[in-house]
Amino acid sequence: MLHIINRSPLSDIALESCLNTATGGDILLIEDAVYAATSGNAFEGKLRAAMGRFKISVLRPDLEARGLSDRVVEGAALVDYAGFVELVAANKTCQSWL
Amino acid sequence: MSSIEVGGKSYETDEEGYLIDLSEWNPEVGNYLAQTENVEMTDQHWEVINFLREYFEEYQIAPAVRVLTKAIGKKLGADKGTSEYLYGLFPYGPGKQACKIAGLPKPTGCV
Amino acid sequence: MSDIKKFMFVNRKAPYGTIYALESLEVVLITAAFDQDVSLVFMDDGVYQMKKGQQTKGIEIKNFSPAYRALDGYDVEKLYVDKESMDARGLTEDDLLVDVTVLSRAEMGALMDEQDVILSF
Repeated sequence: MLHIINRSPLSDIALESCLNTATGGDILLIEDAVYAATSGNAFEGKLRAAMGRFKISVLRPDLEARGLSDRVVEGAALVDYAGFVELVAANKTCQSWL
Repeated sequence: MSSIEVGGKSYETDEEGYLIDLSEWNPEVGNYLAQTENVEMTDQHWEVINFLREYFEEYQIAPAVRVLTKAIGKKLGADKGTSEYLYGLFPYGPGKQACKIAGLPKPTGCV
Repeated sequence: MSDIKKFMFVNRKAPYGTIYALESLEVVLITAAFDQDVSLVFMDDGVYQMKKGQQTKGIEIKNFSPAYRALDGYDVEKLYVDKESMDARGLTEDDLLVDVTVLSRAEMGALMDEQDVILSF
């Protein structure tokens, strides 16, 4: 399953809930959720700890827009819009955590 | 916004003729709304209208036709829990027509 | 309908503060008309949707919580609540307005894996 998150983990528990609930699969961070995958943010440890179970991708345009493309945590993959589509196509189901 | 005039009092309705404030409803208004739908009210009609009002009172939604049919069958007898029976009373649809006469909003998912 | 799919509605928002809870309920009621296999999940602040005794007169918003008790009549019988979310909010099953199945996070995750479609609110 692909999990899509669009809220910063520092103001919304969607990502944390997803990590605690889902059994594994792909996670795509978009919009404000890209902050989760930047080095030094308070959620970094939890994200890193989840990397064994989940494959983490980050939408590059959202990261660039926020001036953070040079600070992605190691192990997170950067994808563009085409990569977004590929992730959706590669998964049987998709859950957007609002 | 439109309105109807019943017994010297004015009641607001939406553009399809559904009562805006269902707490204003009374049998007289029900009769008036039935006339606008060309439905001649009988005891059988009132039985369904009263059932709908009780259902709404309890759940705060107007039931979908399938749900209404099943619930009527349970409450008023299996012979009445059929779409033939309910459409016989309300030819343009028990959800749409009966809800309007009962002063309820249109059922969710009923277009 | 020959092709029955498993639909799960995941509710994670409290009622009234935002429109999500009401919108979810409306979509559930509509989906129920199509004879699909529907499950409802309440987790995080979504468990507040199930709280008994909601009185909304003072905020002039329609109290839609009685509609959850109508779901049975719509053949929507699979209601799941996350235990951890209830615990974190000081709620127990006795506080909820309908009978539900209480699941752990792990059980919830496994249930999500079984679905064909997941809609999040």
